[in-house]
Amino acid sequence: MKRRLYANLRRKIIFITLTVAFIPLIFLSVIIYYQFAQVFRNKIEEQIEYRARAQGNAIELFLKERTAILLAMADTYTFDYLAARGKLERIFQIMNHRVGGFIDLGLIDSAGKHVAYVGPYNLIGLNYYQQPWFGEVESKGVYVSDVFTGYRRIPHFIIAVRRQENNRIWILRATIDSDVFEGLVRAAQVGKTGDAFIINREGFHQTHLRFGGEILSKSNLNPTIFGEGTTALEKVNSEGRKVLYAGRWLKKNSWLLVISQDASEEMTKLFKTKRIEIIIVVSGCLLIILTTIFTTRLTVRHLETADRKMNELNAQLVHADKLAALGKMAAGVAHEINNPLAVIAEKTGWMEDLLTEEEFQKSQHFEEYKKSLRKIEEHVERARKVTHGMLGFARRMEPHLEDVDINEILNETITFLESYARTNNITIEKELETDLPIIASDRAQLQQVFLNLITNAIDEIGKDGLVCVSSRRINSEIAVSVRDNGQGIPKEYQARVFEPFFTTKQGGKGTGLGLSITHNIVQNMGGTITLESEKEKGTTFTVRLPIVVPEKK
Amino acid sequence: MDTFQVLIVDDETDFLETIVNRLQKRKIDATGVPTGEAALELMKGKSFDVILLDIKMPGGMDGIEVLREIKKTQPLTEVILLTGHASVETSIEGLKMGAFDYLIKPVKFDEVLEKLASAFEKKNTQEQKIRSAKIQELVRLK
Repeated sequence: MKRRLYANLRRKIIFITLTVAFIPLIFLSVIIYYQFAQVFRNKIEEQIEYRARAQGNAIELFLKERTAILLAMADTYTFDYLAARGKLERIFQIMNHRVGGFIDLGLIDSAGKHVAYVGPYNLIGLNYYQQPWFGEVESKGVYVSDVFTGYRRIPHFIIAVRRQENNRIWILRATIDSDVFEGLVRAAQVGKTGDAFIINREGFHQTHLRFGGEILSKSNLNPTIFGEGTTALEKVNSEGRKVLYAGRWLKKNSWLLVISQDASEEMTKLFKTKRIEIIIVVSGCLLIILTTIFTTRLTVRHLETADRKMNELNAQLVHADKLAALGKMAAGVAHEINNPLAVIAEKTGWMEDLLTEEEFQKSQHFEEYKKSLRKIEEHVERARKVTHGMLGFARRMEPHLEDVDINEILNETITFLESYARTNNITIEKELETDLPIIASDRAQLQQVFLNLITNAIDEIGKDGLVCVSSRRINSEIAVSVRDNGQGIPKEYQARVFEPFFTTKQGGKGTGLGLSITHNIVQNMGGTITLESEKEKGTTFTVRLPIVVPEKK
Repeated sequence: MDTFQVLIVDDETDFLETIVNRLQKRKIDATGVPTGEAALELMKGKSFDVILLDIKMPGGMDGIEVLREIKKTQPLTEVILLTGHASVETSIEGLKMGAFDYLIKPVKFDEVLEKLASAFEKKNTQEQKIRSAKIQELVRLK
């Protein structure tokens, strides 16, 4: 019942403490994690966006430079000059020397005929009139193409400029070195999984992909999802992985530079943070649980001990109350019995007095009368002992203090009892420790205690035996033991020997008050009395008295 | 031993009668009354050497009150308190008020005799002292 109460209390305290401790902790850690993740993601997006913008600028510059030098050449020289043998080759060398990145250079007349050519392919005489770029150059003047295969059957792109010389229109056309250009694009790749490539408005790849993507293949990215200028977004790719993309429009919004990065690769740091956070939170929770359980147990145990102590105290109070009530009753009963006893005693005495007169002595039953009267007196005496014992028990015994030498009292008591013991062939042995301290106590009451104990021991033995009285100092107490070698007290009686009216003596030899009075006296003096008993070996009563130092007078 | 006047005061008449009888049988001039009031009344006409006085008497005066009165009127009379009660405290109070001693009921008759004798002896000594003091005074006056 009580146990369940404590268990319940313990559960409640643990539950409440844990709830109060856990909810904010978990709440806080989740919020902090998500905030941190958000900031981290923004940072990554910003980074990739920045890279796309910077690399995009570099590519734009590259194209502008090539276009500019081509325009400069076209502006500087005439068609006839360029068409002359060797001139175009010289210009091509200057251009490659100054800015580089060109594969070939060609001069094309207004009819689309390739008039002069410098480069690795044999393209002289080919007609470009039908090629789509030709029309673009015709109309726009400067044209940078998408990647196409053209006559050479190899994907490439060109820059072409138109020149109007008097009435004559001609075109200077250069092919950009794919390796140089792709190198430029690839510079934007980062990490193990990052990629950088260009797609055109229709979504065809203009450069190689890092992991096996062919030029001019259709990209699975839809270019229209990227906004104006430079933008970043996150997409799940075909393999189901989250990929961050940043796109920057180039070449007047006809090409899109795309930088991609596996989100998980960048997020590794975040995951590491997450793992650390989880470890901290979990170990924190564990610590809280352990501490809570530990402190709760401690608290409840303290409570339990305090409770138990209080119960013990209560039990003692109840016991003391019971004894007091019993004492009162005993006193009342003793009083009521004493008066009739007094009358009986006097009447008996009177009858004995009368028996001394002559006529009674002649009576036939004189001896019988006399014997009976003596028996009555004897039993009145017995009853008187009981009632006086009861009165003694009932009396409040406030010790009055004086200087007491325990050994002296013991010696006196033993001397007093020695002759009585000798008649029953019982020896009283003394083992008294010399130089015991003098204590402040009640001499008369102590004498009663020792008298009771030694008399009890003698009665316990009956005939032929040994009583040993010893005194010794144990720390702040004086212990006095009275040991007999009698029959011993059975286990079931040992707890009851200090109860009033409990006796094992036969036929009304004892009142059952001796030990309870002794117990009361010792307790009032702040001491304790204990007994040890073994069957057939005897009993030892030990009184322990606190050493109360007498006040200096 | 000279015979002496003893007054027994006890509400228990059986006890009273018997103890008076027994004392008289031993040539002691004993009288018994059952109440304090009766004792005081009796003492107006007669003086007693020793009074055996029960402390607890129902109704009327109790032993302590009677004792107080006796000590007022006849301070030389010795009083032995008799009690069947646990109130040793009351007895001690009585002793302070000048009672000779106290006995707890039931009491052995021999003990009563002994106490009575020593009380009477004390009274005698007291009287002797007073008498000799008076003689001295008379001698001085002459």
